[in-house]
Amino acid sequence: MSTPSTTTYVLRGVRPYGTDPVDVVLADGVVAAIGAPGTVEVPEGAHEVAAQAAAQDGDSSGLVLLPGLVDLHTHLREPGREDAETVFSGTRAAAAGGFTAVHAMANTTPTQDTAGVVEQVYRLGQEAGWVDVHPVGAVTVGLDGEKLAELGAMADSAARVRVFSDDGKCVHDPVLMRRALEYVKAFDGVVAQHAQEPRLTEGAQMNEGVVSAQIGLTGWPAVAEESIIARDVLLAEHVGSRLHVCHLSTAGSVEIIRWAKGRGIDVTAEVTPHHLVLTDELARDYDPVFKVNPPLRTAADVEAVRAGLADGTIDIVATDHAPHPVEDKGCEWSSAAFGMTGLETALSVVQQTMVDTGRMTWADVARVLSQNPARIGRIDATQGRPIAVGEPANLTLVDAGATRAIDGRTQVTASDNTPFGGMELPGRVVATFLRGRATVLDGAVVDTTSSQSNSWNNAALEGAGR
Amino acid sequence: MKHLLTTQGLSKDDAILLLDTSAQMAATQSRENKKLPTLRGRTVVNLFYEDSTRTRISFETAAKRLSADVINFSAKGSSVSKGESLKDTALTLHAMGADAVVVRHWASGAAHQLAHAGWLDAAVLNAGDGMHQHPTQALLDAFTIRRHLVGRVGDDGRGADASVGADLAGLRIAIVGDVLHSRVARSNVYLLHTLGAEVTLVAPPTLVPVGVETWPCRVSYHLDETLEQWQPDAVMMLRVQRERMSGGSGAFFPSPMEYSRKFGFDARRLAVLPDHAIVMHPGPMNRGLEISAAAADHPRSVIVEQVANGVAVRMAALYLLLSGDIASTNSSTSSTSTSTSSSTDERTAL
Repeated sequence: MSTPSTTTYVLRGVRPYGTDPVDVVLADGVVAAIGAPGTVEVPEGAHEVAAQAAAQDGDSSGLVLLPGLVDLHTHLREPGREDAETVFSGTRAAAAGGFTAVHAMANTTPTQDTAGVVEQVYRLGQEAGWVDVHPVGAVTVGLDGEKLAELGAMADSAARVRVFSDDGKCVHDPVLMRRALEYVKAFDGVVAQHAQEPRLTEGAQMNEGVVSAQIGLTGWPAVAEESIIARDVLLAEHVGSRLHVCHLSTAGSVEIIRWAKGRGIDVTAEVTPHHLVLTDELARDYDPVFKVNPPLRTAADVEAVRAGLADGTIDIVATDHAPHPVEDKGCEWSSAAFGMTGLETALSVVQQTMVDTGRMTWADVARVLSQNPARIGRIDATQGRPIAVGEPANLTLVDAGATRAIDGRTQVTASDNTPFGGMELPGRVVATFLRGRATVLDGAVVDTTSSQSNSWNNAALEGAGR
Repeated sequence: MKHLLTTQGLSKDDAILLLDTSAQMAATQSRENKKLPTLRGRTVVNLFYEDSTRTRISFETAAKRLSADVINFSAKGSSVSKGESLKDTALTLHAMGADAVVVRHWASGAAHQLAHAGWLDAAVLNAGDGMHQHPTQALLDAFTIRRHLVGRVGDDGRGADASVGADLAGLRIAIVGDVLHSRVARSNVYLLHTLGAEVTLVAPPTLVPVGVETWPCRVSYHLDETLEQWQPDAVMMLRVQRERMSGGSGAFFPSPMEYSRKFGFDARRLAVLPDHAIVMHPGPMNRGLEISAAAADHPRSVIVEQVANGVAVRMAALYLLLSGDIASTNSSTSSTSTSTSSSTDERTAL
């Protein structure tokens, strides 16, 4: 993973953060030069990148250069559910989506609640080589919400865990949550809370409201999320800890975070791409591809999270990429698994909902999809860096002028459960660079020598998943 | 009409056609030979994922009276069962050439999925899906209400029905009990509203769903007040499931006694109603909880008649689905307004 690329790349006429076009040279794993088009010295034999990409659309004006994207919330499913995704297939999908780092959630089997398991996932990520994989440690043993896992051991392990979460389950016991918030201060960790009051959401299937009342599915009320967030920000204030709120989904949650930040509480918040655009109206046809936790909410909630993201109340967009095999989605809604894939559509959804609507600039996109998540995960020494000479060449080049049709079956992830199937989304990742090595080039993932030993395995899994 | 999945979105013309056809079917059931040749050679599958002997028997009787071949497929599964059982079963039924599938399922939306997931091309008739819908129950309720409160029933109770072609305009129906979990309530609210009736739901607030404000009905938390001041023409009691009363802090009301005192229907409350008012219950009843024996067995109770009408309504639904007589579909294509009188003549000749 850490071997820098030996290929030198020159990116022609690309727009860092959407600003004026420049030429950028990547060599020896870092950004070697940036200058006005035609003015930088290009080494002999350098691989030209933008030329091919621009040729496809005949126009390079939409080629936006961003720092490599960082996902704070990814389910890679390995170990345990390799039928849904593996570290290899999931990180390959991440690269395709423009990511250079992902945080792998702890709800694997066995759970990522010991140094041994987080180191296993960390090593699998290094071997795959598509992105940096930072395992998230479980807060409690087995995600059971009863006993703290060995957070210190995970922090001290080779995986250097800094983000702890029982995601999928809420750390609902207030004493346990307090202890976790306090304990991780010793190594500058953060507790990432899946805010869901369990008693208020027993058997919950979708947002509780007008649609659930009509179609007869048990409701997941907004208050079950908001009450936990309110409690947790007050706990974080009381013990002087850092709190991260996963995938908030309601207007009320945005208000609480806004209030907490105004009060000086050290809280950060994330929203998923799907909560930026999809609503509970999609449940009416009972297609479980739209079943997710927290559930899709109302149009008013969608507007509130967009506003919260635009004004900085919400710090980051994280995918909550949750791959599931066909049999876990091709069944009754009530029996289906929660979750949807997102790594390969996140940037497009953010572009569509926030950039193309004029609510955010590309610099803002870099902030919410790279700089802030890297800072929260404490990986900002190497990821989420500025686009500047001497910085690690972790970069994403996106053709913002392109549009593409989404089809779950042709995505890189091993699972098909994208909620955007059949839709047209703007933006296409043209290239992704991890420390100067192209993981995606000309819009296609680059299966390198080091990863080819794994690619047969991935192909076999993809075949089996159909 | 390809499927009958929900009463929400069912057009008024289609609803009245279903009721009128039911009246004709009911009339044939007073003959010595109750069997019609209409669906000879067609196969109707009763696919039941939930125990419901009475609903299954009602559908089975209806299909057999229409000369269809009936296959009963009990696929009872627990709420934690997963995987592709619904899909695999659908593919199996498709391979066997089912013309209609009557499905009862614990999961809301199962009938919709069977109809629209592309697994089979049979007509799907929803016989109850989770907390969502039970359209033939609402139709048989509307049919019973219309017979009693709109037209006058013939001498033998099965003869000419003067209510044919009529809607339920101006009638007041109170639906009382566990609205939150009730597919019967959801089905009736939409159908009765479409037919012009006014509906008031009566329940403790814990048993009214959040989001009810978009339903075409009123909501009251007080049964006595509703009976005395609103004077409903029909009172429909809903079954209270035993598990709603237990569960400690999760119980929906403090005790069965309190529920019965505030929301149970008894002879005292019956006496408050207008003389023509009828008492209904989809069954099975919890006598002594939501309805007293005196009320259930009272001459103004039509509960047993609801069961009899269920067969006629289900015959009508199967007939219309499989003969393609309704122009509109349940997915809200607009109806060409069928001339009720002419189609009545055709079917009377059956």
